[in-house]
Amino acid sequence: MAIIETEKLTYTYPGAEKTSIENISIKIEEGEFVLLTGPSGCGKTTLCRCFNGLIPHFYEGKLEGKIQVVGLDVVKHPIHELAKHVGLVFQNPENQLFALSVEKDVAFGLENLGIPRKEIRQRVDWALKTTDIYHLRERPPYELSGGQQQRVAIASVLAMQPEVMVLDEPTSFLDPLGAKRIFEDIHKLNKELGITIILVEHRLDLTAKYANRIIIMDNGKVILNGKPREILDSEKARLIGIGIPKVTRLYQFLNGKGMRLNYVPLSSEEMAKKLKEVFKQ
Amino acid sequence: MIEVKNVHFTYPSGVEALQGVSLKIRNGEFVAIMGQNGAGKTTLVKHFNGLLKPSKGNVLVDGMDTRDVSVATLARKVGFVFQNPDHQLFSETVEEEIAFALRNFGFKENVIKRRVTWALNLLGLTQYRKTSPFMLSGGERKRVALASVLAWNPKILILDEPTIGQDYGQKEKLRQFILQMKAQKKTVVIVTHDVEFVAECNPRVVLMSNGKIVADGEARKILTSPEILEKAAIIPPEISRVFLELSEFGFPTNVIDVYEAGEIILDFWEAKNREHV
Ligand SMILES: Nc1ncnc2c1ncn2[C@@H]1O[C@H](COP(=O)(O)OP(=O)(O)OP(=O)(O)O)[C@@H](O)[C@H]1O
Ligand SMILES: Nc1ncnc2c1ncn2[C@@H]1O[C@H](COP(=O)(O)OP(=O)(O)OP(=O)(O)O)[C@@H](O)[C@H]1O
Ligand SMILES: [Mg+2]
Ligand SMILES: [Mg+2]
Repeated sequence: MAIIETEKLTYTYPGAEKTSIENISIKIEEGEFVLLTGPSGCGKTTLCRCFNGLIPHFYEGKLEGKIQVVGLDVVKHPIHELAKHVGLVFQNPENQLFALSVEKDVAFGLENLGIPRKEIRQRVDWALKTTDIYHLRERPPYELSGGQQQRVAIASVLAMQPEVMVLDEPTSFLDPLGAKRIFEDIHKLNKELGITIILVEHRLDLTAKYANRIIIMDNGKVILNGKPREILDSEKARLIGIGIPKVTRLYQFLNGKGMRLNYVPLSSEEMAKKLKEVFKQ
Repeated sequence: MIEVKNVHFTYPSGVEALQGVSLKIRNGEFVAIMGQNGAGKTTLVKHFNGLLKPSKGNVLVDGMDTRDVSVATLARKVGFVFQNPDHQLFSETVEEEIAFALRNFGFKENVIKRRVTWALNLLGLTQYRKTSPFMLSGGERKRVALASVLAWNPKILILDEPTIGQDYGQKEKLRQFILQMKAQKKTVVIVTHDVEFVAECNPRVVLMSNGKIVADGEARKILTSPEILEKAAIIPPEISRVFLELSEFGFPTNVIDVYEAGEIILDFWEAKNREHV
């Protein structure tokens, strides 16, 4: 069975005139790395809020259709129960932080699950080191820089090691090296532990290479859903104005001028490798 | 003109966020401040509109020492968009949010109306005129914050992470707008981690690390120097990384633009094909 499955999922926020997501029917299998993208305001965050039950349990409004996550009907299970299986890194890190120290923030979810002290210590230290904020562990989160706060938000979810991790633009405040490391770590969790990843991103230059699937939304609907290379090279993707990776655009430019590489690159490494092959022939 | 003279800044908690920063930004310049998390970028730009005052050293805006002028005087000159829009938004509707500063500065109602409409349109927010900013998506909220400052056309514009949450189309519009500002001799300073956006704009880049400036120069040069970037936790843009890999073929290593890259590769490929004939 799919780890996430929605059927004609449609949602309208309280007081809103129009639906924010409409007729979404998708299936995500266990162990997938899905990249979710689309123009600002198209409904990405709203869909993520359905995955961990914030919709409909926190945001009221009107939810229609069906949604199952890790075998649970989201509508029938409360947020704290879903939280054991699904972790969400919020788009705005400040909305996720509340404790008096970084360390307490990261430990909070684990304490709620009733995990033994010793294991909590280990997992918290691992998460703090992975996100490179171990040295900040005693600082209050509200006295940190934007990127440091975002690292705390990511660490809190990493420490939980949920079956499904939903990350809503998790590195928007991070420096490029920090962002790269986080994406590599997420990729590793996906490959080694089989954690299902749903990553919301506008910056496909940094992320397309990790995904085995891309879902593109526009105006509340899913309009493309499939393999990254096919989707990013499609006319439709170009027309809705998402950030096609620079190397993919370079490939298209060369293709248009008659230099056919016959392989859609998604990263600079792939592009450089392909060009070297061609030049050495 | 902004002049920063050997500025130090220590937060009450004891963190020394700026440790001797000197910098001159002329009218009509477009500057991107980049560097690792916690480097002091936000702390530095908060000095440009007097939100923070140096613990040591001076900041002069158009010749006025920020310690001697009121925040209100500076506010009229320097528009500031926060890293996190939620620190800035408070009105009941998007329209009121954008009109607020205009009213404060005493613009006439008909001008206010025109400016609000213009800003809504520029940032793709027209359909949200009567909506509460708190019922918008993350990217939309950031654009409301941008609109509320762009609307009154300040002489100096400071944008902390303006591309966060923005799709490609929105970024392109922002880029066009900044270029227009530059043409009008206005000063634009952005703080950003968005390497690809900077590669497309090619501004002057100031790199910060640990409370200090570690490099200053044009984007094309700085963004293609991995040794310099490493100090500031930055990775070269994708096109530059391709060219750095291809240096064995004698390609230039300072390319950041897709089309320029395309032409160079094509020339090389065609020359190679001719050799074979
Ligand atoms: N309100 C505060 N109180 C105490 N220390 C602070 C405060 N705000 C920031 N700092 C500290 O000052 C240093 C510089 O922070 P600043 O916000 O200027 O960094 P930045 O370069 O903007 O980082 P980022 O890219 O993460 O936004 C950091 O070490 C940070 O932890
Ligand atoms: N709390 C809310 N109440 C009412 N409408 C909302 C609320 N949050 C978002 N919306 C609206 O729902 C639509 C989808 O918003 P959502 O936050 O899901 O977009 P998004 O794809 O995540 O955008 P971004 O890339 O800007 O973060 C938008 O039209 C937005 O204005
Ligand atoms: Mg969002
Ligand atoms: Mg900052």
